[in-house]
Amino acid sequence: MRMPLSALIGLILTGGFVFCALFAQVIAPYPLEAITGGVWEGPSSTHLLGTDTIGRDILSRLIYGGQITIFVALASSIIAFGLGSFLGFLAAVRGGWIDQGLSRIVDLMMAIPSLIVALVVLSVLPLNLTVLILVIGILDATRVFRLARAVAMDIAVMDYVEAARLRGEGQSWIIFREILPNALSPLVAEFGLRFIFAVLFISTLSFLGLGIQPPLADWGGMVRENKDGLIYGKSAALMPALAIALLAISVNLVADWILSRTTSLKGGRGA
Amino acid sequence: MHPILKLVVQRIALGLLLLWAVSLLIFLGTEALPGDVAQAILGQSATPEALANLRETLGLNRSPVVRYFDWLGGILTGDFGVALTNGQDIGQAIGQRLGNTLFLAACAAVISVPLAILLGLVAARYNGRWPDKVISGVTLSTISLPEFVAAYFVIFLLTQVFPIFQPVAMVFPGMGFWERLQAVALPVIVLVLVVLAHMMRMTRAAILNVMQSAYIETAELKGLSPMRVIWQHAFPNAIAPIVSVVVLNLAYLVVGVVVVEVVFSYNALGQYLVDHVAKRDLPVVQAVGLIFAAVYIGLNILADVIAIISNPRLRHPK
Amino acid sequence: MPDLLEIRNLRIEATAYPPGEPPKDVVLVDDVSVSVAKGKVLGLIGESGAGKSTIGLSAMAYGRGGVRLTGGEILLNGRDIRGLSAAKLRALRGREVTYVAQSAAAAFNPAKRLMEQVIETSLSHGLMGRAEAEARAIMLFGKLGLPSPETFGSRYPHQVSGGQLQRAMTAMALCPKPDLVIFDEPTTALDVTTQIDVLAAIKEAIHDTGVAALYITHDLAVVAQVADDILVLRHGKKVEYGPVRQIITDPHEAYTRALVSVRSIDHEEKAEAPAVLSVQNVTARYPGTTFDVLKNVSVDLPAGQTLAVVGESGSGKSTLARAITGLLPPAQGRITFAGRELSRDLKARSRDDLRELQMIYQMADVAMNPRQTVGTIIGRPLEFYFGMTGEAKRQRVQELLDQIEMGKGYIDRYPAELSGGQKQRVCIARALAAKPKLIICDEVTSALDPLVADGILKLLLNLQAQEHVAYLFITHDLATVKAIADKIAVMYRGQVVRYGSKTDVLTPPFDDYTDLLLSSVPEMRLGWLEEVLAHRKMESAGN
Repeated sequence: MRMPLSALIGLILTGGFVFCALFAQVIAPYPLEAITGGVWEGPSSTHLLGTDTIGRDILSRLIYGGQITIFVALASSIIAFGLGSFLGFLAAVRGGWIDQGLSRIVDLMMAIPSLIVALVVLSVLPLNLTVLILVIGILDATRVFRLARAVAMDIAVMDYVEAARLRGEGQSWIIFREILPNALSPLVAEFGLRFIFAVLFISTLSFLGLGIQPPLADWGGMVRENKDGLIYGKSAALMPALAIALLAISVNLVADWILSRTTSLKGGRGA
Repeated sequence: MHPILKLVVQRIALGLLLLWAVSLLIFLGTEALPGDVAQAILGQSATPEALANLRETLGLNRSPVVRYFDWLGGILTGDFGVALTNGQDIGQAIGQRLGNTLFLAACAAVISVPLAILLGLVAARYNGRWPDKVISGVTLSTISLPEFVAAYFVIFLLTQVFPIFQPVAMVFPGMGFWERLQAVALPVIVLVLVVLAHMMRMTRAAILNVMQSAYIETAELKGLSPMRVIWQHAFPNAIAPIVSVVVLNLAYLVVGVVVVEVVFSYNALGQYLVDHVAKRDLPVVQAVGLIFAAVYIGLNILADVIAIISNPRLRHPK
Repeated sequence: MPDLLEIRNLRIEATAYPPGEPPKDVVLVDDVSVSVAKGKVLGLIGESGAGKSTIGLSAMAYGRGGVRLTGGEILLNGRDIRGLSAAKLRALRGREVTYVAQSAAAAFNPAKRLMEQVIETSLSHGLMGRAEAEARAIMLFGKLGLPSPETFGSRYPHQVSGGQLQRAMTAMALCPKPDLVIFDEPTTALDVTTQIDVLAAIKEAIHDTGVAALYITHDLAVVAQVADDILVLRHGKKVEYGPVRQIITDPHEAYTRALVSVRSIDHEEKAEAPAVLSVQNVTARYPGTTFDVLKNVSVDLPAGQTLAVVGESGSGKSTLARAITGLLPPAQGRITFAGRELSRDLKARSRDDLRELQMIYQMADVAMNPRQTVGTIIGRPLEFYFGMTGEAKRQRVQELLDQIEMGKGYIDRYPAELSGGQKQRVCIARALAAKPKLIICDEVTSALDPLVADGILKLLLNLQAQEHVAYLFITHDLATVKAIADKIAVMYRGQVVRYGSKTDVLTPPFDDYTDLLLSSVPEMRLGWLEEVLAHRKMESAGN
């Protein structure tokens, strides 16, 4: 099947971001904390994207910041995904009080906007990477839980699952051979959306000063550091903002494509 | 009792139960997690004696259950306690700022709701043709932006590239209504941008869903004019999902407000919350968190109640 | 003078969007010509995908989705309506031609009262005043046999039954006094005893108002009761076109002959034999309810024979299957299978119990995992019950495929690549693979086109002869029952109202419900409808 142009662009950009994140130490022209120029210098041949509020190279910080942003987002979306889909499947297949209990807890967590929950929780917890990843991952797991449970419930009432039950198949065959292969495509597309959500979430927290703490830097934090420059017409804050937007849009394009591919193949072959 | 009334009462009761559970979650969530308020105030280097003293004065030695009911009882009677950091009365502080937040959100809602419905109608009317593609494409990309990123793009565009506005939104007591409006113009534009995309896309989907119903085909096959098809047949059925969409997005606006207030240093509830999270001022965080949660839950109840009331099957039972 | 409607060399196309391929044009209707005179009824008949609804809607110059009328002429009242302006089409629709949809439940606007919707066309086209239109609507409600016609219109669509909605939709179509009404499968979604009443009401209304009609259906026996002429369609092309008497009694084309003789499989009833399944006094209800969906049900099924359980929706026939398979443990009663008492709950049953009792479903689409190949689907019971693997398993799968007359080349395909009939055959093979003593068949032919369904029934009969397997055959279709059963149980509201050998059950004297049910099955001859209505004892269940 031919890949649409938008998906190709999304894939290339996403790949580029991941590459920069993986090899930040090799690619970045300057160290993270090195002050190598004046305050808010414009782009030049020594500083391709200019310098920041205390004269550090923006491009280098952008590359290192991407590493942190992508790492935190990836780690928390993996937690969200693993936790959410495991519990979601469990609730759907076991039903009864397990389903009731888990569903009510998730209802409760989703009754308040995630950002508010995060702010409340972060007012007591120490602000370090582990805590941030866990908080974002668990908050996000609620959405994965709902999706996984709904998808698994839809599949669990299909006649072919009933046929497997009547055959006498065990729980693990039913989950892994009958339900999982059919639930995978919507969940994979969802992973992309969860990743974007995590990127936006960690960026927002850092921007509010409640996420990644200096000396580490991520994109949201870089916007915060440089935001005052905007008033004087210095566009330094826009660079990390642009990076966030680009990453989010490109992952979105890829996820959209996967989603449309799986719906057009609904019930068909190809995995 | 009329079945509709029963459902509405049930829904509201469920909402209140949820709100109570949320209050428990907020309180216990902050109390049960490692590290306590005394530690948070005094920092890691505090001596055990100082910690014990502070715990005593704050009443932290009492059991969490007693403190929870104390707290809840206070809130129900309008007493939010005092802030740890400056000893200010929290209720008073919230009172001033809540008005500012609601003003900002209301301005954004007044612009975004009609605009979103209009654009949603246009996109649905030209489904698959260029106006739809343009609207959908633009909104898809704004959906991917976090509020603060959208905010800085707008600031850069409207204060630097086209210097029309001031980049900060200062409001203070005694300001005239008109001046206030001017002051909040930029944050309102940002909020509208952020909420419009979601609202418009959901409106479009709701209308398309109705337009694909068999009864719309029936109406077309009756030879009715397009206007009559839309007003007599599509509209009565689309109104409930659209109102639901609008209300749900207003709830989303509540969250957007927090970030936008920080961006523009707008002195209101969101800014107040973020400040005090950084200062680890628990009583303030608990109180403001509860208020945001209450508004959010309230709007969700409203959306459900409207959906219940507008359902003809429930309004005219068998 | 030309007829009311004359369609000449009609060609209809649409754009298909196959996933992963560029869009392409497909021809839905090709070179079809028909005419309908004033006051006459033309029946359009064919399988799904034959293009009959598409032709019907073309009489209003309407195409669903991306359907385009690309060739030929559609003359209505003497003028070609293809290519009329939108305004002129609006003036024509609802005034000259009206439409009755298959699913009235979806075709009525849920937010408006029935009366408003029934008279809307008359008012908006300025045909009559409100008072006159309401009077006419009430007259039509009465004529169509709706309860309390005076107040019927003040109800909302969800407040009346499916059969009543279908009549209300007919009233809506007749209210503006059109020249032509298009009936698009108006009775297909109804229960068989309700269908006959609606059919009779429609026929009488057509007769009394003198309106012409296009009657679209897949059921030749139904259309034979109302039509003057019949057009048989297949794959968008004309197969045969002629007066109803000629089509029924003297079909010229092989396809038409097959349609006429469908459901005429006759099957010699087998002699008594010891029971493989015995259901004794079973009562069951769904968890959390207080209503018994099965009340004291007792039936026996002799080994190697077929027990047909027949009834309408809500009769409890599918629940009986769930009780036997253990999906719904009965509250009371015993089920004996192959000489041993079956435990109530599925989980407590032995592997042999599970193996020897297999099930085939109505919707073959959802009865197979779309991510498994035919080989995996049929092979799994072999592996699971008999421990077969590798080449031996593959060989046995191929044998089973041969047995269901599918042959080579299917073993590595996915369900989505099979036709409806083939899917059902694979499900049969999966059941056979377990070497069962009993297969429960739950409406296995009702989602299939008649000729395909016939093929499946013949296959089941052959397999029974070869493998000596018993069938518990659940169906609402009496023609199917006649074709396949040795014993019959008639179910009504959770109870078995009549039970015995096929001959006994189908020979008078009948109880009232069996009489109603048997007499409601359309027969492939003229004048059947009138005969039946003259002899009815009991009101249909759907009212």
